[in-house]
Amino acid sequence: MPQIKLAHGNGGIENNQLIHELFYQAFDNEILAKSEDAAVIEGGKLVFSTDSFTVTPLFFAGGDIGKLSICGTCNDLAMMGAKPKYLTCSFMIEEGFDMDELRTIVESMADELAKNEAMIVSGDTKVVPKGSVDKLFINTTGIGEVQKEGISSNSISTHDTIIVSRDIGCHGATIFAAREGMEMSSSLQSDCTSLYPIVQKLIDSNIKITAMRDATRGGLAAVLNEWAKQSNVCIEVTEDKIPIGDEVMGLCELLGFEATALANEGTFVLAVDKSDAIKALEILQSFNSNASIIGEVSEQYLQKVVLKSAWGTSRFLDMPSGELLPRIC
Amino acid sequence: MPLNLKDLFEGFRQPEVIKSYARLIDEEAKRLIKPINIMEVCGGHTHSIMKYGLHQLLPSNVRFLHGPGCPVCVMPKERIDHAYTLAMQKGVILVTLGDMIKVPGSKGNLQDARAKGADVRFVYSPMECLKIAHDNPDKSVVFFAIGFETTTPMTTALIHQVVNKNIKNILFHINHITVPEPMHVLLDDPTHTIDAFIGPSHVSVISGSQIYDEFATHYKKPVVVSGFEPIDVMQSVLMILQQINEGRSEVEVQYTRSVTKEGNAVAQKLIESYFERREHFRWRGIGDIANSAFRLKEKYASIDAEVIYQAILPTQQINDHKLCICGEILKGKANPIDCKVFAKVCTPSNPLGSCMVSSEGACAAYYKYGNLLQ
Repeated sequence: MPQIKLAHGNGGIENNQLIHELFYQAFDNEILAKSEDAAVIEGGKLVFSTDSFTVTPLFFAGGDIGKLSICGTCNDLAMMGAKPKYLTCSFMIEEGFDMDELRTIVESMADELAKNEAMIVSGDTKVVPKGSVDKLFINTTGIGEVQKEGISSNSISTHDTIIVSRDIGCHGATIFAAREGMEMSSSLQSDCTSLYPIVQKLIDSNIKITAMRDATRGGLAAVLNEWAKQSNVCIEVTEDKIPIGDEVMGLCELLGFEATALANEGTFVLAVDKSDAIKALEILQSFNSNASIIGEVSEQYLQKVVLKSAWGTSRFLDMPSGELLPRIC
Repeated sequence: MPLNLKDLFEGFRQPEVIKSYARLIDEEAKRLIKPINIMEVCGGHTHSIMKYGLHQLLPSNVRFLHGPGCPVCVMPKERIDHAYTLAMQKGVILVTLGDMIKVPGSKGNLQDARAKGADVRFVYSPMECLKIAHDNPDKSVVFFAIGFETTTPMTTALIHQVVNKNIKNILFHINHITVPEPMHVLLDDPTHTIDAFIGPSHVSVISGSQIYDEFATHYKKPVVVSGFEPIDVMQSVLMILQQINEGRSEVEVQYTRSVTKEGNAVAQKLIESYFERREHFRWRGIGDIANSAFRLKEKYASIDAEVIYQAILPTQQINDHKLCICGEILKGKANPIDCKVFAKVCTPSNPLGSCMVSSEGACAAYYKYGNLLQ
């Protein structure tokens, strides 16, 4: 009898299989089938999304589970060109959880809501016996008001340029280093942040945005692969244009990871019309100087992502699979 | 001293340097009188070659053959079944290194065992067993030890602690194997096509480059011990071509920043104190190889999981799926793309053979990085 494994929640191949072969089959409808970061409803006026947060440790450099739970859902809304408006939240709390820690987490949720000018309008609280959840799980669900219609991961074409909003992999690397108790860097911290302010600037500047997606679980590699499949194109990326910080690169070297597969919580990928690429880049760089144009779209290997090295070789950048694991020697 | 993370990658990947090595290799290759096959013994090199696309930089008369140096790939299924069986024992915490997680045995892999309730943990360092054992005094921690000469000293360092501190709840299942013995087997096969070797990096840090001497003197094959970075591998290929063109067959070290002729004497001594050679060890796809693996000395039987759990560990040999050609691939006689099931039935999510499992397996590297790109 097949069972659920950790790999089924990795944001990569196994995760996608579970979603497509079980959930999409059971809940089949047109909106869901679009497979966007957030569902577009009410004739394109509203978007709707949900996310659950189970991070360990609860507090990490650059954020905590509270901040994450607001950023996560608000960013999914923002990626559809929407202004986050109303959220619900539910807490699943393990018996014995520290009250002060809970207060800190809730306060950081309030701070992050303010940055999005959004509010929590309904909620639920469950306390479960010790051992039933790992300290604290949070779910948030949100509705956003679409500011720019037509943004979709299904519409990317050879007219688009691919841009990443900042250096990648910081959240994944931070969490991993914290879990493994590695103290090797003082400056490494999660990129966890609300993206709507950046998106608003792009929309206000009339940038022709084809698609946006925040590179959460599965990282940049997952987003590019999902896009290549959803839009039936080939995405060609220039490796040395992908911004990766020294700490993240070093951690990947040490542990055998690829930065492109590490999770982010405040980093997004954009497909914008070529004519607007430079203008979009300048706006992104005003928020983070590491924003970079990383590639273009072709029809060479449909549904594949090609990574081109600076020494003239190329290879596929595949969808991350399995658990995040160290290598053996 | 804090670790400067930049030191881990800076200086080994400059595009201009890689390109100039490619030009030098091109020049040198023009003088070859016949095409040559260079076997990279170690799976780490296979991974580097595919990840950085280095095979795309070689002229058509120089080719890489992928060797048997992937410890997960060469573990026969019955050994994987040992891990699974131990993991399913009540009161056992099975600890091993990460690459073991997806390797399929006949009953499933360790991920399956974990989903069925087994306590299986993946660690970076065997030393983490000390904490696990301390935190779980009522459980037996079994360290399933795997790897070549590189990881063997890490296991013996843990054994040293367990023995000296008289820790009662850590046991060992030893699967450590060595590099030179399978190289002999490959060269003794009259149909082999190997002209030279790229020698493993980290194995050689422990054992020293001396372990390859006979391949140069007796078998007349150039051996260059190489680092894992793109520049290392390219420089090593050039050194091999130069040896061939000059009619030399020597052991040379490109990876001088870490490798000496003698290796790490402290590590070697630790290994000698606790381990002895097995008369035989069955390598997946290759078969029985004499003296190619270690086991705990008899006086440490009280911490040897193979002894303690002897009654329940399966002994029957289990062969690979008949369509899987991992054996031929591990001997450098076939390429993953020669395999009928490659990337069709056999994928990293559903591997038929172990070469598709480990990131250092040739099939996994071809699958991941794309053999379609020439």
